[in-house]
Amino acid sequence: MSFLTILFATLFYFATAVLLFGVGYKIWQYAITPAPLKIPVMPAPITKLGVVLRMTEEIVLFKSLFKSNKWIWIFGWMFHLALLLVLLRHLRYFQEPVWWWVNLIQPFGKYAGFAMVIGLLGLITRRIVVARVRYITAPSDHLMLVLIISIALTGLAMRYILRTDIVSVKAFMLGLLYLDVQPIPTDWLFLTHITLVILLLLVFPFSKLLHVPGVFFSPTRNQVDDAREKRHIANWAVKLDATRKS
Amino acid sequence: MANFETPELKDYIEVPLPQIGVMEGEGPFKAKPEHQEALGFPGELIDDWENVAVNKLGDLVNRYRGLRVFLDSCVKCGACTDKCHYYLGTTDAKNMPVARQDLLRSVYRYYHTPAGKFLKKFGMEKLIGARKLTEDVINEWYNYFHQCSQCRRCSVFCPYGIDTAEISMAAREVLDHIGIGQKYCNEIIGKVYKIGNNLGLPEPALANTLEGLEEEIEEDIGVAVKLPLDQKGKDILLVTPSADFFAEPHVDGLIGYAKVFHQAGLSWTLSSHASEAGNFGMFIGSYENMQRVSMRIREAAIDLGVKRIVFGECGHAWRIAYSFLNTLVGPFDFLDPNYPVPQHILEVTHDLIQRGKLNIDASQNDHMTLTFHDSCNVARATRMGPKPGGQMTIPREVIKAVCNNYYDMPEDTIGEATYCCGGGGGILTDDLIEIRVKGAMPRMQALKTVVKENGVTHMAAICAICKSQFTKVIPYYGFTMDQIISVHQLVGDALVFESEISETSEESDETENEQE
Repeated sequence: MSFLTILFATLFYFATAVLLFGVGYKIWQYAITPAPLKIPVMPAPITKLGVVLRMTEEIVLFKSLFKSNKWIWIFGWMFHLALLLVLLRHLRYFQEPVWWWVNLIQPFGKYAGFAMVIGLLGLITRRIVVARVRYITAPSDHLMLVLIISIALTGLAMRYILRTDIVSVKAFMLGLLYLDVQPIPTDWLFLTHITLVILLLLVFPFSKLLHVPGVFFSPTRNQVDDAREKRHIANWAVKLDATRKS
Repeated sequence: MANFETPELKDYIEVPLPQIGVMEGEGPFKAKPEHQEALGFPGELIDDWENVAVNKLGDLVNRYRGLRVFLDSCVKCGACTDKCHYYLGTTDAKNMPVARQDLLRSVYRYYHTPAGKFLKKFGMEKLIGARKLTEDVINEWYNYFHQCSQCRRCSVFCPYGIDTAEISMAAREVLDHIGIGQKYCNEIIGKVYKIGNNLGLPEPALANTLEGLEEEIEEDIGVAVKLPLDQKGKDILLVTPSADFFAEPHVDGLIGYAKVFHQAGLSWTLSSHASEAGNFGMFIGSYENMQRVSMRIREAAIDLGVKRIVFGECGHAWRIAYSFLNTLVGPFDFLDPNYPVPQHILEVTHDLIQRGKLNIDASQNDHMTLTFHDSCNVARATRMGPKPGGQMTIPREVIKAVCNNYYDMPEDTIGEATYCCGGGGGILTDDLIEIRVKGAMPRMQALKTVVKENGVTHMAAICAICKSQFTKVIPYYGFTMDQIISVHQLVGDALVFESEISETSEESDETENEQE
């Protein structure tokens, strides 16, 4: 086995572990941190089902963002939806035989890459052009966009310009999955693509990409409006309660 | 008038370009050692402030899920940047909600995130917008976290619901723990502990004031409407902001509540022990102080043996009452389970109107054309009635029942998108007059629109802070103080009292079977 194969296989396993443990740790941390007060932004649903609907609207449609700013919504939503399609389409490199619905989305997934890039370019343009957004932008905000754009562009290039040997890519990926490492294709576009993806997996749990688990835990969105009906109290506040006089 | 320019009112709200340092400064007056110590905080800046502040921030992040998620999740998309009334009014870049949050988030990243801890070893913390906590940062926090009224407007528009109010409460809590407190808030909380209300009005003065009001009402309408104080065995404990006892136009609201109770034949009392609905513990982000302030209400309810608790017109007080009271000092299992605990006075009045229990002549208010200012904390942090959004519809239905001329301000300035009055969250102090005037601009602009287009003459409000803030800043924009009205003044003025004679027969009616 070549050095390159061992290197990338190791990095891939490492990055996947960092992603899973890192994000898993954050999810655990969010889950165990108490929310001592009822702070849903009102008007809020008064039932759990209502909260599920509210969260679904937020996560699927970015409803609050839509209310806020149509440009950010168009670019942001386009990027995220396209990313979802692209990720699902990539499942075909990790399975044999390929699931029927992964085949079904294949034609859409192929073009979603372009929508992803357009969305990202829109977002980065706003960062540069709109003075308010420029002011709040840190270097890491640009780097994150550049990183994802580069991943998308190398991916698109492999499909539409310098076609990579997809059969050996899939063999390598399946090999990783079944712990039977196969030689990595030495196509430089593919190596760049996968290097950037490894980088993305590594920074994910340490960056603002934590908005992905975070959005599910936001008390202003996921709490039921029932403060008068049910007494809501955190563990640490129970101890304060014990010192109360009446 | 002070040495700053009042923003010009345009035809619509223009989003300004961000300017650097327009509102830089020392911030509001700082609390004296005695104000700090009464609340359990160090009297002055402690020696080890950097460590204590960093640890306190870590403690808060462990105690409040919201804070942790909000600090981690922001992607700097910019959706909130044009939503804050203080940004729109001042143009200061640090008044954009995300920029305000970043004043604290940068410190969180430096000390409490793996990325910050790693990058600072190489002096590369700037890459992720992290920074060390220095004295300058502390001063910046003190200044800019007292330019946030915790109104939650930014949170409505954030894709993750990040609430700057939570961040600014945390910042103030950290500052209090290193000995830097705001005089206005902390002195007032001390007064509540010592005397029972924000204004420091002692029981004899309160009793006197209420007697005076009773005489005034009787002179005015010829009916002996009572404002009972500390009377045991009544059904309802009314807890209202102490400004209602004498400030204008608040007191007209108090008279309105009394008239409603009187006409509906409800038995009620005020309490000198809990003579304050407001709870500035929330403004300083202190759960412990918020709980201690709330405790007076529980004690008064038990002591007076009431069956229900009703809150008067006050925005943040209603937030604490509606959303936190049960948590802080519940359970209220000793009260009548047929009523929500607590109730808002507007829920009571609305219900009475619905059931035809009030004798209303709306033409009494025909000399006015009304609009209604949704208080930020009522709109975005509470509810009234059984349905979501009742906090918006119930006040309007009550106003429309007692006034014939009513128009709403533009859609994007009311309801859940309402602009704060500019004085909430501990900002209502003369040393912050510049930010108060500038922060009122968006509301004033919306008011101007309905004044021009619909001939609106008065704006009704349901919050003691809104009322005080507007009467103070409205002259800067060419309106007059008397254009601000309490909703219950409108109700009180429209009530028709037959005469004192018929009162006896009225009282024998079945009066007490409200349902929520």
